[in-house]
Amino acid sequence: MIDESEKIWLILQTVSDPEVPVLTILDLGIVRDVSVSNDEVLVTITPTYTGCPAMDMISMNIRLALMEHGYKKVKIIPVLSPVWTTDWMSEAGKAKLQQYGIAPPMGNAGSIPADGIECPQCHSTHTKLLSEFGSTACKALYQCQDCREPFDYFKCH
Amino acid sequence: MIIGSANTQLPNTIIPEIMNQLVFYTLHLADCTLILSQRNGEWCGHGPILEQDIAITNITLDLLGQSRNFYQYAATLIGGGATEDSLAYFRTEREFKNCLLVELANGDWGQTVLRQFFFSAYQFLLYEKLQHSKDEQLAAIAAKALKEVTYHLRWSSEWVIRLGDGTAESHARMQAALEALWPYTGELFLPADYEQHCAADGTGVDPAVIKTAWESKVEEVLAEAGLAAATKDVPPVYMHTGGKQGTHTEAMGYILTELQYLQRTYPGNEW
Repeated sequence: MIDESEKIWLILQTVSDPEVPVLTILDLGIVRDVSVSNDEVLVTITPTYTGCPAMDMISMNIRLALMEHGYKKVKIIPVLSPVWTTDWMSEAGKAKLQQYGIAPPMGNAGSIPADGIECPQCHSTHTKLLSEFGSTACKALYQCQDCREPFDYFKCH
Repeated sequence: MIIGSANTQLPNTIIPEIMNQLVFYTLHLADCTLILSQRNGEWCGHGPILEQDIAITNITLDLLGQSRNFYQYAATLIGGGATEDSLAYFRTEREFKNCLLVELANGDWGQTVLRQFFFSAYQFLLYEKLQHSKDEQLAAIAAKALKEVTYHLRWSSEWVIRLGDGTAESHARMQAALEALWPYTGELFLPADYEQHCAADGTGVDPAVIKTAWESKVEEVLAEAGLAAATKDVPPVYMHTGGKQGTHTEAMGYILTELQYLQRTYPGNEW
């Protein structure tokens, strides 16, 4: 017999990130807390980046997923503190990113290595930073010097 | 911002009597980031190369996110149905408390990155202190944003150096940008009443205390860029002020005209 909040965690495991659909919101580590009181489900989430436009959509997707499972009253509580970091991303999540073609975060938050990020295609570390800002706020753009493929790197944050 | 969320309030939701210093301070922080994001957003699709177009719009998005956090918080302090949208779309020019630097026209790419550098260096030092605010929400917003601002500061510093120390043309343009923007940097460090008040009660930061650190960061980057260190200008140039108190330059009305047009014309309209 699993309790109500455990069931909800299992449902949340099915909600994916709209920008990086291979990752679930649990892989990303943005769900802080789940609780149930008087038929109302409270889900506490935290944004990855302040201006992440996916947050509104993630909130909506959480709501939809829970409603599909019969939870009518859902409250999403956004919190900023403590600050989300890429350390909260699960190891499974990092492996999925790599397979998807995005180099997972490595090293210390805020650092952006000029080279040495492993190419998700050919696994060479002979790579070079092209731009600190990539296709979304959370990524930087690199190019592999061996297979020549450009690739996204999920920035340490 | 979600335009016209269900309880978007029309003008007059903001009653001056209920405003306190913390609200003014929070609105000041919100307005600075909103107006700079609106300015930088003009580069979307017009950046010099694709990667840099993406970089400046990424920075824009971070700034917009910061402004949303501040407006949402201000709305909860104000109450009475105020929302992030009502605060952004239905206040008048005189109610905006952003510094003048952020509202100035973009100019060329050099001027845009120099302005970003001045502002990011300021923001970095400000948020470093604000993350220890006694006000938990301001502290949380600052701590969150600080990581993003670290990227903005590094990116903009690199551009100032690249262009200042680039060709004769890029150097001359950066020098001109420096002369155009410098007179708007003094205002950053002249505290408004609400900044002094919030610094005194531990919720805010007196910008005067970060002035020296800002000047040394700016001098360091300008020196590497081979640009005249304006911080040592003799005699000092006249510094424009007034934005924090709501007295803006001519540029501000044009920004608000574009920013607020839709909600002013079709109040409460939704996507």
